Amino acid sequence: MRIKVKLFANFRDGRFSIEDQEYPPGTRIADIVKKLGIEPEEIGIILLESKHAEPEQELTDGANLALFPLLGGG
Amino acid sequence: MDKILRVNMSDLSVKTEEVPAAWAGLGGRALTSTVVAAEVPPTCHPLGPYNKMVFAPGLLSGTAASNSGRMSFGTKSPLTFGIKESNAGGVSAQMFAKMGIKALIIEGLPKDPDKWYSIAINKDGATISEESELIGKGNFAVVEALQARLGKKIGVITLGPAGEMKMLTANISVKDPESHLRSHGRGGVGAVMGSKKVKFISIDDKDAPGVQIADPEKFKAASKIFSKTLVDHPVSGQGLPTYGTNVLVNILNEAGGLPTRNFTFGQYEFHDKVSGEFMHDRIVERGGKPKHGCHAGCLIQCSQIYNDKDGKYLTSGFEYETVWALGANAMIQELDDIAEADNIMDDLGMDSIETSVMFGVAMEAGVLPWGDGKGVVRLLKEEIGKGTPLGRILGGGTEHVGITYGVTRVPVVKHQAIPAYDPRSVKGIGITYATSTMGADHTSGYTIATNILGVGGHVDPLKKDGQVDLSRNLQIATAAVDSTGMCIFIAFPALDIPECLPALIDMINARFGIALTGDDVVNLGKYVLKTEHKFNLDAGMTNLDDRLPEFFEQPVLPHNAVWDFSGEEIDAFWNF
Repeated sequence: MRIKVKLFANFRDGRFSIEDQEYPPGTRIADIVKKLGIEPEEIGIILLESKHAEPEQELTDGANLALFPLLGGG
Repeated sequence: MDKILRVNMSDLSVKTEEVPAAWAGLGGRALTSTVVAAEVPPTCHPLGPYNKMVFAPGLLSGTAASNSGRMSFGTKSPLTFGIKESNAGGVSAQMFAKMGIKALIIEGLPKDPDKWYSIAINKDGATISEESELIGKGNFAVVEALQARLGKKIGVITLGPAGEMKMLTANISVKDPESHLRSHGRGGVGAVMGSKKVKFISIDDKDAPGVQIADPEKFKAASKIFSKTLVDHPVSGQGLPTYGTNVLVNILNEAGGLPTRNFTFGQYEFHDKVSGEFMHDRIVERGGKPKHGCHAGCLIQCSQIYNDKDGKYLTSGFEYETVWALGANAMIQELDDIAEADNIMDDLGMDSIETSVMFGVAMEAGVLPWGDGKGVVRLLKEEIGKGTPLGRILGGGTEHVGITYGVTRVPVVKHQAIPAYDPRSVKGIGITYATSTMGADHTSGYTIATNILGVGGHVDPLKKDGQVDLSRNLQIATAAVDSTGMCIFIAFPALDIPECLPALIDMINARFGIALTGDDVVNLGKYVLKTEHKFNLDAGMTNLDDRLPEFFEQPVLPHNAVWDFSGEEIDAFWNF
């Protein structure tokens, strides 16, 4: 299945900003994080279809996933 | 001994007073709001003789505590017609504290409306002088001229042309450590300084006695722990120094809470071109500084120096709210145009939130096309800066422009522009906008931390559950932090690292030789909010002023979210 993966801030360093990637059915968000070489504790915000999601969540074909380190501003 | 400096512009007199016992334990926002509530009649005209200006450094300003260099400014706002506290970095808070100035109160109005004045402050007190040379000059020219006149080391609090013209977008600017500007930004506070005909305040802290610490060893130990929490937390230690506050563009866009085209949509097609990531790369490429502190002793360094394409200084303190308002909300795609506008707003002395949100409404009104960055720069320079009739309308801020042109989508609460987070898709911040004593103000209870950023837990931004409690707890905590002289970004470690807040309280206790507990600090925050709320009610506001504009009942993409809190649910905020 195809997943649109978006990375932000220092997650982009040595990786990419946005890519359509192929994953087998049943893939969880945590599996993608692992494949990208990102440590689970580095993850600050996960947005799936613009809503907050947990790492254990399974993805479906065409999902839109955004991964951020812990960030803040204001 | 700490003292109060009282400057009376009616008879041009200056007094040095003892600090009343009731004010001794207060600083920053707690002190400015207490003085305003005690001395300013709530129903007075903000630009008339009865309003006052109050500057107060925080409880820890002037000490070695990291991030403690914020100065609070308090008054009755000519924009909201309620109480106002606006705090800023820069060099002035630490200089005041080292000279033992607990507060500077400026009152009255000069008898001669054609004369302008300046106030000079040093360890011996204050003096008033007539000023002519710098009238009409921009803030950068004022700082440069005063450094030539009085020496490079002086502190400066200055009023730009917008404030001279008493525009409701006018701020009060403060020199920072690199002779650039920070701002007491919101609420049209510059118009109050303009009404008192004070062009600038110069500060010379030569031979100042410095801050006495009651228990230096305890202070040092607590300060070390506190600083470590700032460096250890990923937001204050890494994210903010690298990307600045503008890293939020992509986060809010992704979450569907980035107000776009004057709050019509929740996402902006060209978000990447104005994002924190793009800005960081451009700053580095052009030889600017991605990290920069607004005051000495800042460990977080969220500010930056943004250069133009020729590598020359274009702006600094280039914040998310400004970039959002001119970028997504006014749909300007070229970051250099936004940076130039930011610099002109600094020079004219204008609140870059009120002014930039105003441009979204002006575009909706057809004053200029959507996305017209060059047009914004031109209107700032040629109309607002010169005080033409159109410039006066635009300089009146978001609501003024909406009223003048018959626009109904006017994002304000208590007449003050709503900042960078759509309250329909980030509901906690909507409660803060509605209930804040300041008018729409994201900093007064920054629920984005918990709604969006995962700091201090998580409260679903799209549901109503828990938002009133979240906003209340954050507003109470913020009112307390605003009284310490601390930058509000210490809240990120304070929400997540257990040692942070106790270390902050230990520093206050060691500084004054007292024994405050966590409960005392919470009670201070509650006292501040209640004092401010009472002032607003006495000024004529009611619970119906704690409401968002009607247009937020219309759904916004991508979530089709609507603002659906009842009045009763909002009013529960004040149950404490």
